[in-house]
Amino acid sequence: MVPTLSERDLRLDLFRGLALWLIFLDHIPSNAVSWVTIRNYGFSDATEIFVFISGYTVAFVYGRAMEQSGFVVSAARVLKRAWQIYIAHVFLFAIYLAEISYISQSFENPLFTEEMGVLNFLQNPDVTIIQALLLKFKPVNMDVLPLYIVLLLCFAPFLWLLMRSANLALLASGALYSVSWLFEWNLPAWPQGVWVFNPFAWQFLFIFGAWCALGGATRLSRAIYSPITLALSIAYLLFAFGIAMTWHIPSLGSYVPQIIGDTIYPIDKTNLDVLRILHFLALAIVTVRLVPRDWPALKSPFMRPAILCGQHSLGIFCLGVFLSFAGHFIFTEISNRIPVQFLVSLSGILIMAGAAWLISWYKRIERQGPRPPVTKPGFAGGE
Amino acid sequence: MKARQTTVKVASALAWLAGLWLAAIGGSVPALAGPPVECRVDGVPSEAAFPLNYVKKAIGNKKLSILVLGTGSSQLGGAAQNAYPARLQAALSRRLPDVAVAVAVDVAQKRTAADMVRTLSPALAASKPDLVLWQTATVDAIQAVDPDQFSQALDKGVRLVRAAKADVIFINPQYSPRTELVIALGTYVENMRWVAVQKEVPVFDRFNLMKAWYDQGTFDLYSATKKLDMARLVHDCLGRLLADLIVEAAKPDPAVIEKGN
Repeated sequence: MVPTLSERDLRLDLFRGLALWLIFLDHIPSNAVSWVTIRNYGFSDATEIFVFISGYTVAFVYGRAMEQSGFVVSAARVLKRAWQIYIAHVFLFAIYLAEISYISQSFENPLFTEEMGVLNFLQNPDVTIIQALLLKFKPVNMDVLPLYIVLLLCFAPFLWLLMRSANLALLASGALYSVSWLFEWNLPAWPQGVWVFNPFAWQFLFIFGAWCALGGATRLSRAIYSPITLALSIAYLLFAFGIAMTWHIPSLGSYVPQIIGDTIYPIDKTNLDVLRILHFLALAIVTVRLVPRDWPALKSPFMRPAILCGQHSLGIFCLGVFLSFAGHFIFTEISNRIPVQFLVSLSGILIMAGAAWLISWYKRIERQGPRPPVTKPGFAGGE
Repeated sequence: MKARQTTVKVASALAWLAGLWLAAIGGSVPALAGPPVECRVDGVPSEAAFPLNYVKKAIGNKKLSILVLGTGSSQLGGAAQNAYPARLQAALSRRLPDVAVAVAVDVAQKRTAADMVRTLSPALAASKPDLVLWQTATVDAIQAVDPDQFSQALDKGVRLVRAAKADVIFINPQYSPRTELVIALGTYVENMRWVAVQKEVPVFDRFNLMKAWYDQGTFDLYSATKKLDMARLVHDCLGRLLADLIVEAAKPDPAVIEKGN
């Protein structure tokens, strides 16, 4: 079977862009504005959206490359992408170290002796930095890129299989997911424990995204557009919403029957709980119903910022992590009053949109403009 | 100050879906009677929904023995009378004037929940408490203990305490604005809440309480100082609010409670 590779779907860019904004908001500790993000209203959050769409676009881009130039070339390209993301991660880690070192400088408070002990890792940078380079030490909120790196490193064989027998690849991915639950597989972290996002589990959503990109979505369209699926999805979203409310208003917890609580908890994010996958699927099904592919608003200037961010997701994701560090810095060093939190959140999103616009402008002029004269190697500013 | 608080409230109401949350949470928590004004925080649920039967009985017998099981944040500057266990004893003695309140501590730095469970049985045998206040999770988060193991340790600890005929209250981590980007408390605070709901254990929500103090400017938890002034006030507040939670959850005979201190 030949997988169908269709034109770029702007909805993917839109929702990936929105997911990047939500991840940014969620990553600023103690940010009041993060109340708007979807994790507060159901089981899944922006991470699922990001991983699924990343799988979708990666298959879309490299699947085409594999069709045109074969396995070796496309595999090399995937690995190059993984390398770029690794570089981005190390860059972010450097910024993180700079901020933490600054913040911990001369901070003493008898109230927090225990908490400040954690900054001891700054005293042996040899171990810390090496563990970080090995992707074993991942500071708070820096777990997504290492997941993405591992997923891309292992993606080429999956892509090969996806292009030949998409269903078999999906089945293999599902089997890996199940086996990782059965045997509790995960990668080790430092100083102890395991990865916050278990790659053995999260690969399933990534590969599922890839499967959808390579024709799976078309094959599923009948099921997706059936009214029964829609009704089930809405019912499940409402159920998840109800459960999520009990997290914020504990007194509502007494209305949840014991048997339901015992069945659903814990809802494991590390190993991508089935309830989270279902919640993401339900959200996706309702979303494709509400937002058709040819929705005119996708071309409107209001959607433009989010779409641009989604189209340059790696750069914007990194910028978002950096901005969330900066936001935390502003909250602790200057003020964390609610208006400041709104301001920081809004400015962050504007900066992300601005940067995305800049990146696409730069790409455009690189493509269009006359090539700069080729300089001989060794000249100043050679590259 | 007043204006600032108003701004904070109005804005947070906006953020919290036009005050829906605040109204719902605020409505579920009875006004705190004891502590001075600056400790009181509206909107932080201290979960007193589960009964403390052993404590109620002990108060009836006019003799209440409490064991504080904890780590670094249950201590303060070496002087035990500054730290919240001693402040709790003072506050409880005021609220329950006819009851002999004894607070013992089993506190040491850098212990995970599992470490504490390992030495729990002898500690229980030594002090024979009616109530165990279990302060934990910070060290587990710092050492990145497997969250499942953390939950299992909590679960086991609760069983041990109950087998020794005592009630238990969890005390969750401190809110520390400087270290938020270094210590991933979230999972551990969440897991503690799940275990608490399942095992019907009240939680003293120190994290959100201190966060609210920080947000509202009650205490500047960010300040870099070696001085004990603020830390002492914080621990005094914690002790008083803990006393309130215990009295509220145990629901003793109203006659033994001293009103309006």
